[in-house]
Amino acid sequence: MENYDLLNAIILLANFVIVPALSYGSQLALAALGITLVYAVLRFSNFAHGDLMAFGTMIAILITWLFQSWGLTAGVLPTALIALPFAMALTAGFCLLTDRIVYKFYREQKSQPVVFMIVSVGVMFIMNAIVRFIIGPKDRTFFDGEKFIIKAVEFKSYTGLPEGLSIKSTQVLTIVIALITMMMLFYFLQKTKMGKSMRAYSNNEDLALLSGINPDRVVMITWIIVGMLATIAGVLYGLDKSFKPFTYFQLLLPMFAAAIVGGIGNPLGAVAGGYIIAFSEVMLTYAYKKFFMYLLPTNLEPDGLMQFLSTDYKFAISFIILVIVLIIRPTGIFRGKTL
Amino acid sequence: MSGFFYCENLVGGYGGENILNDCSVSVNKGEISVIVGPNGAGKSTAMKAMLGMLKLSQGKVFLDGKDISNFSPQDRVASGISFVPQTMNIFNELTVKENLEMGAYLREDDLDETFEEMYSLFPILHEKKEQMAGELSGGQRQQVAVGRALMTRPNVLMLDEPTAGVSPVVMDELFDKIIDIKKTGVAIIIVEQNAKQALNIADYGYVLVAGKNKFTGKGSELLNDTEVRKAFLGG
Repeated sequence: MENYDLLNAIILLANFVIVPALSYGSQLALAALGITLVYAVLRFSNFAHGDLMAFGTMIAILITWLFQSWGLTAGVLPTALIALPFAMALTAGFCLLTDRIVYKFYREQKSQPVVFMIVSVGVMFIMNAIVRFIIGPKDRTFFDGEKFIIKAVEFKSYTGLPEGLSIKSTQVLTIVIALITMMMLFYFLQKTKMGKSMRAYSNNEDLALLSGINPDRVVMITWIIVGMLATIAGVLYGLDKSFKPFTYFQLLLPMFAAAIVGGIGNPLGAVAGGYIIAFSEVMLTYAYKKFFMYLLPTNLEPDGLMQFLSTDYKFAISFIILVIVLIIRPTGIFRGKTL
Repeated sequence: MSGFFYCENLVGGYGGENILNDCSVSVNKGEISVIVGPNGAGKSTAMKAMLGMLKLSQGKVFLDGKDISNFSPQDRVASGISFVPQTMNIFNELTVKENLEMGAYLREDDLDETFEEMYSLFPILHEKKEQMAGELSGGQRQQVAVGRALMTRPNVLMLDEPTAGVSPVVMDELFDKIIDIKKTGVAIIIVEQNAKQALNIADYGYVLVAGKNKFTGKGSELLNDTEVRKAFLGG
């Protein structure tokens, strides 16, 4: 009996904390990677990243609708997955266009990073408006295909345990796609000549120029990667939850917190930061009452919800972590650049 | 002026007052030219001007008989001039091997042979090739810096105070390496604070004062010149 209680408690935790946090963390990690790459190579904090994600997701949704109208679907998988590569390409192009129209001018002026940051706020508002113009501010679900890999009811009848475990296909998709994306990105940065030249340019710009590395090319490749990462992150988040432009804007805080906690400018840090923020958010807003009911003897059962913070305050958690890290270790866990 | 790589009558600065006032430097393949002089004489500035990092109001730079005065620094690098800055001269977040690879960024051919050459010239780089360059000691970093610059197989190597901040033993070692490099037929220009040691290995020496050539001559001649000794070499 004791053993089953422990098992039930673990399943409960997996169901409501571990699996959701893993998938949310993967989405944050991909988003934070985009922020950290812009910071490392272009040397500014890109406040437009959340809305870039919204833009990429919007494109993916439009293409998904087009495919669906043709009767093209991916069977058990969401149709958005077929639309994703096209959306990535278009969003990367949109990034290049933004760079050509806006950022290039300030680069040629050799503007301070703070100017770039303010400019990115302007870009954010414009992207924000474009997305609302085209698709509207409403909440949209664009998921189709098979919703669950493991359903709670099936899990219960299969194992005979009272506690059910449900795993959504979007959660597994998120984790798998995020892992593949990260592996490809790290391979690119560590092993290819182009990736190494990006790191070299980020590390020591003057010496990179002296070595013959073409800065325009580095900037171009960076925007292409950033656009693709933002689209993947946005589409995965939208599939898992739903797409609402305002939510994507709000994601800016946890995304920046993830990038900074890990050490901004350091890709490995962005990944670690994504999971740290996600797990903190989910773990601190989860109500542990049932968990303790399984573990503790009946007379010690908690009266309250055993919830540290209401979910309404989940953004406060990223904010607090951000402040603590900036005070104690400003370079982040993996020693990024000091802000 | 003549030579494989030379500049003549350079006048210019960073926008304000002129730092170079009629300065000329020349070097031949397989030779070492050393620029020495007091602080603020414009030694490093002269070198930067030869690399095209400075706006000149007068003067020309020639490489192998060709006027390259209007070339950008990148174009000069591509035409075979390599430069080792005094500071920030390595990619400290990249491994030693990656540093060398980045030095050869413009090359499309096979690098294996050049890597072997570098590793035999600087054995320590082979030993530490997978280590982050930023974790190395001062002397080792300088070897990475010089190695990076040599990866393009340049005709001209310019070194800005390569021995700044390293111990005397490491300094001698570095100078030995520079002589080894010279023997492969590279034209080398060095800006140095340690005037005595530098003139010792120099084929040709230039003493700059206030951006102007004050003394010019063979390294050994300058070392034995009483006036130069008194003014710059401490007697």
